[in-house]
Amino acid sequence: MRLLESTALQIKQKILSKQIRVVELVGQAFARIKAVDPTIQSFISLNEESALKQAREIDEKIDHNEKVGLLAGIPVAVKDNLCTRGLSTTCASQILKNFVPPYDAYVVKRLKEEDAIIIGKTNLDEFAMGSSTENSSFQITRNPWNVACVPGGSSGGSAAAVAANLTPMSLGSDTGGSVRQPAALCGIVGLKPTYGRVSRYGLIAFGSSLDQVGTMTKDVSDASLLLQVIAGKDSKDSTSVQTPVPDYLQGIDNNIQGLRIGIPKEYLTEGMHADVHKALKDALRIYEKLGAKIIDVTLPHTEYAVAVYYIVANAEASSNLSRYDGVRYGIRSTNAKGVIDMYCRTRAEGFGNEVKRRIMLGNYALSSGYYDAYYLKASRVRNLIKKDFDAAFEKVDCIIGPTSPVPAFKIGERANNPLEMYLSDIYTIPANLAGIPGISIPCGFSKDGLPIGLQILTKHFEEKQLLHVAYSFERETDYHLKRAVI
Amino acid sequence: MKYEVVIGLETHSELATATKLFCGCSTKFGADPNTQVCPVCLAMPGVLPVMNKKAFEYAMKSAAALCCKIDNYTNFDRKSYYYPDLPKNYQISQNYHNLGVDGFMDIEVKGTVKRIRIHNVHLEEEAGKLIHPEETGADYSLVDFNRAGVPLLEIVSYPDMRTVDEVESYMQTLRKMLLYTEISDCKMQEGSLRFEASISLRLKGVETLGNRVEIKNLNSMKFVIKAIEYEATRQAELLDRGETIDRETRLWDEINEKSVRMRSKEEAQDYRYFPEPDLLPVLIDEKWLSTIKSSIPELPFARKQRFVSEFKLSDYDANLLIEDKVLADFFEECVRGLNRPKILCNWITNDLLREAKERKLEIGQLKVKPAQLVSLVEIVEKGTISSTTAKEVFIEMIQTGKDPQKIVEEKGLIQISDEGLIGSVIDKIISGNPGVIDDYKKGKKNALTFLVGQVMKETKGKANPKMVNELLKGKLDV
Amino acid sequence: MKISKKDIRYVAHLSRIALSDNEEELFVHQLSDILSYIEKLNQLNTDNVDPLVYTTNTFNVFREDALEKPLAIEDAQYCAPSTMGAFFKVPKVIE
Ligand SMILES: [Mg+2]
Ligand SMILES: [Zn+2]
Repeated sequence: MRLLESTALQIKQKILSKQIRVVELVGQAFARIKAVDPTIQSFISLNEESALKQAREIDEKIDHNEKVGLLAGIPVAVKDNLCTRGLSTTCASQILKNFVPPYDAYVVKRLKEEDAIIIGKTNLDEFAMGSSTENSSFQITRNPWNVACVPGGSSGGSAAAVAANLTPMSLGSDTGGSVRQPAALCGIVGLKPTYGRVSRYGLIAFGSSLDQVGTMTKDVSDASLLLQVIAGKDSKDSTSVQTPVPDYLQGIDNNIQGLRIGIPKEYLTEGMHADVHKALKDALRIYEKLGAKIIDVTLPHTEYAVAVYYIVANAEASSNLSRYDGVRYGIRSTNAKGVIDMYCRTRAEGFGNEVKRRIMLGNYALSSGYYDAYYLKASRVRNLIKKDFDAAFEKVDCIIGPTSPVPAFKIGERANNPLEMYLSDIYTIPANLAGIPGISIPCGFSKDGLPIGLQILTKHFEEKQLLHVAYSFERETDYHLKRAVI
Repeated sequence: MKYEVVIGLETHSELATATKLFCGCSTKFGADPNTQVCPVCLAMPGVLPVMNKKAFEYAMKSAAALCCKIDNYTNFDRKSYYYPDLPKNYQISQNYHNLGVDGFMDIEVKGTVKRIRIHNVHLEEEAGKLIHPEETGADYSLVDFNRAGVPLLEIVSYPDMRTVDEVESYMQTLRKMLLYTEISDCKMQEGSLRFEASISLRLKGVETLGNRVEIKNLNSMKFVIKAIEYEATRQAELLDRGETIDRETRLWDEINEKSVRMRSKEEAQDYRYFPEPDLLPVLIDEKWLSTIKSSIPELPFARKQRFVSEFKLSDYDANLLIEDKVLADFFEECVRGLNRPKILCNWITNDLLREAKERKLEIGQLKVKPAQLVSLVEIVEKGTISSTTAKEVFIEMIQTGKDPQKIVEEKGLIQISDEGLIGSVIDKIISGNPGVIDDYKKGKKNALTFLVGQVMKETKGKANPKMVNELLKGKLDV
Repeated sequence: MKISKKDIRYVAHLSRIALSDNEEELFVHQLSDILSYIEKLNQLNTDNVDPLVYTTNTFNVFREDALEKPLAIEDAQYCAPSTMGAFFKVPKVIE
C-alpha cells in the first residue's frame, strides 16, 4: 500500500521508527493534492509553507530522540469553519472570504500541541449548512469514488480529502450529521462525539446546542487516536464537560460477546435504498456471528426529528450569524446608504441562498407571535426524542442503523429542493438533538460501487464503547481497506 | 392637575468587577479606544462566552438586597437587535428566568415610608460606545468596544411611583444600596448608573394604565426629574386636547430640555428572545444563597432607623451619616471606641465632612482614623486640651495623620489646669486692667468675657477655660 | 403553512438581508413548503413536556474574575472593512 493510503497509526509507526521523514511525507501529500485536488476540490486553502517548516522541526526532534506528540508528523486537514491563527478561515462564505483569525480553535491548538501538521482548510457547505458540499460559495467538492457524485456534507471537503488519500485524517463538524453522512458517502470513518466532549471554541457556530467537532479517518483506530487528542474540558467553552477522557485504544479489540444491539424499527423506512438495506442486514449478521444480541427497539418520535432540527438549528443559526454585519471583520457592501442599508446589502451580498433561507426560517420561528408555536414546540419535541433514546438505552448498549438512506447522489440532483435534501439527514439528526455520540463506518458498497455507511449510537460519553463496537465490525470486514481510485 | 402621573424606572448599573462578564478584558473606565477587547467581546467567529462568577454573585446579592424571589434555577437568553455597538447583534441577557423577581424597596418621602415593588433584577452585558463626530456633514460614526461586555445589572421597578419626590428618593435609595453592597461604583458621569423612565398619565381614580412613554438618555438624576416633569406636562396637554398618547420611546434632549421621539426605534421591536445555548443554566442552592445573603451589609434605610433608636441621634444627623457607607462605618467604629455618639457625630458631620469636601477627598482617603478621633474626644473630655485647641489639633491630624496625643505633646498644647498658675496670671491681668474691673463691678457683663480672653491670650490658649472663668469670678466677686 | 410576501419582507428585515423581487418570490415558496412540513409537530401533544435546550446535565460553569491579555489593536482591526484611528468606522447612525 502506498504511503498516503496508509492510516495515521501506520504512518506514525514509520515516522517513529525513522523509516520515513516527515518532510518527505508532507512533500508527498502536497504533491498528491496538487495532482488530484483540481479534480476533487476538497481544499479551500493550503498551508504548505508552514506545514513544511513544522515537518522539518518534527524531523529534528525525532533525530534528536526528543519526546514527540501523539500525532507526530501526521498531516491533518481541517474543515474551514475551524479557526486557525494566521490562516484564512472562510466557512466557505463570501462574507468571511478575507477573514484571518487571531486565535486557534481549541481542537486546532490540540493538534499543534500533539505535533500534527495542519496541511490546509477543507471545503464545506457555506456555514456548514447542507448535506452535499454543493452550497460552498467557492467550489463544489466531488466524491473520490465517483466524481459525478457529491461527497455528502457539510464536511464534504474533509471526507473527500481522506477518501482521496490526500491526508490520513481530517476534522469536520457535525450539527445534524455533517461528519457521519459525508463519511458514509465517501467510505471512511466519521465520529461525532457527545455534545460537550470536545470544545467548540473556535468552531464557527451554526447550531450552538447541536454542533460538535468530529473526526474523519480511514479506520476506527485512527478515530480513537484523533478523539484522544481533541477530547476534554476547555475553560473557554462553558458547554464542554469535565468527564474524564479514557484511553480509547485500550481494550478496543476485546470481544463483544453478549453485546445488546438495538435496531429501531423506525429506521427501516421506505425511503431506504435497497443496497443500503442489504448492507445493513449483512452487518447485523456479522454482529450476531460475533456474539451480539440483536434486539428490536423503538424510537417513536424519529419522524419528527427533521422538523425539530430545522427549527432549533436554524433559530440558533439566525442568531449566531447576526454577527456578520460588516462592522468588525468580513466584507462590507460598498454602496450602502446608512447603517441599516449597510447591514442588509452586506448580508445579501455575503450569504448564499441556503444560508439566507435558514436565517429567515430561524428568525421566523423566534419572531413575536411564533416563538411558542415553533421554537418552544420544537424544543419540547426535542425532549421527547431524547427520552426515546433514554428508554432504548435501558434495553440495549448501542443502536445500529444506516447512516444515510442513500449512497452518494449526483451533483445537482437535489439542489433545487431544499426539503428533500433536509430529509436525507433523518438518521443522523436525532443523535445531535439528544446530544449522544455516533459513528459511521464503511459497511459495503452499492451496485454502482459507491460506499455505504453503518451508523452506531451509544449513550452520552460512551465513546469508548462506541469505538469498541465499531472496531469489532471493522476487524471482521475489509470495507475500510478499500481505496478510491483517483 | 386632574391626572395622576404613573412612573416606573428601569435602572442599569455596571458591576464593579475587574473583568468583563464573558471574557478576561478589563472593565477599567477611560482607556484608549479598543484597547480592552479580545476575540470574545469583539464577537469574532467561533468564540464563546464564559460567565464571570463575581458578576453573577453581585447580581444575586442585589436581587437579595431588593428582597426578590430567587428561584433555584436561572439561565440566560439572547436578545436580538442590530446596532453597531452590539458586537454579536444580540445581547446576552435574561428574559424567561430572571435571577430575581417580585422584590421591593422601601423609600422615604418627607418622613413617610413607601414600598416600591421591583418587577425583576437580571444580569446582562453592556454594549460598546458609539461616537458621532461633531463636524458638520460627517457621514460616519465610530465605534469603541471597550465597554462591550462589561457586566450590567438591570433593575426594573413596577410603575409604583407617583411624584418626582418619590422618583428622587427611589434613585437615591437604590444608589445607596448599590454602594453599600459594593456592587457598583455608581458613577453617573461614567455611565455606570443609568436610568430610563416610563411615564403614563391617567385620570385620578381610574384603575387602568394609560399608554406609557419610555424616556432614554437620562444622564443624571436631575435630568430624570426634569424629563418626568416635562413629559407629564406634555402628555397632560395632549390628553386635554383629546389626543391619544403614542406608546413610544423618546430621548431626553438635555440642551433644549425636552423629550424628542427616537427615530431609529419607530419600528416595533421584536427581540426574538431564546435560551442562550452557549451558557449552561445556573442552579442556586440554599447554602450558596445564604452565603450571598450574609454578605449583604445592613442597608441604609435600616441603618438610619437604628442610628436614631440606638444612639439617640436626630433624623437629620442619622441621614447625614448613612449617606455614605464609609462615613457611617467610621461613625460606628468611633462609637465602639467611645460611647459618645452625639459628640462623635458632630465631629464627623461637621469637621470631618467639611475637611473632606475642601480637599475633594473621599472619607476613606482621609488620614484620620476612627481610633484617632476617639482619642481626640477623650483628651478633650479629660481636660488635657480645650475644645478650641482640639479644632487646631484636628486640622493637624487631617494633614499629617498623626495621633492627637503626639500633636499635643509636640506642640506643647496641654491645657493648664494648675490653679496656682492660672491664679497668678489672673492676678496679673486684674492689676493691669483697673478700668475693666470698674466696668465689671458696674455690672458690664462683657467685661468678664474680655478678661477671660486676656487670660487665655496670656496662656496662649492653654488655660482650662472653665477654671479661668470660675477663678476669675471668684476673685472679682470677693 | 403558507406565508405571505409581507411575512417574507418582515422576516428579511429582521434578518437584515436585502431581497430582490425574484428572491422574495423564491423564498415565499420555499419557506412555505418547509413550514408546512414543520406543522407535523402539531400532531403531538406536548403540554406536559419540558422544552430541552441543554443536553449535558451540567450546571454552574464560571470563570474567576481574572484579567487576561487583550488583543493588540492591529489584531483587533486586522480584518475590519473600515477604521479610523483606533475606532471601527460605520455609516452614520441616527438615534
Ligand atoms: Mg436590558
Ligand atoms: Zn474581551
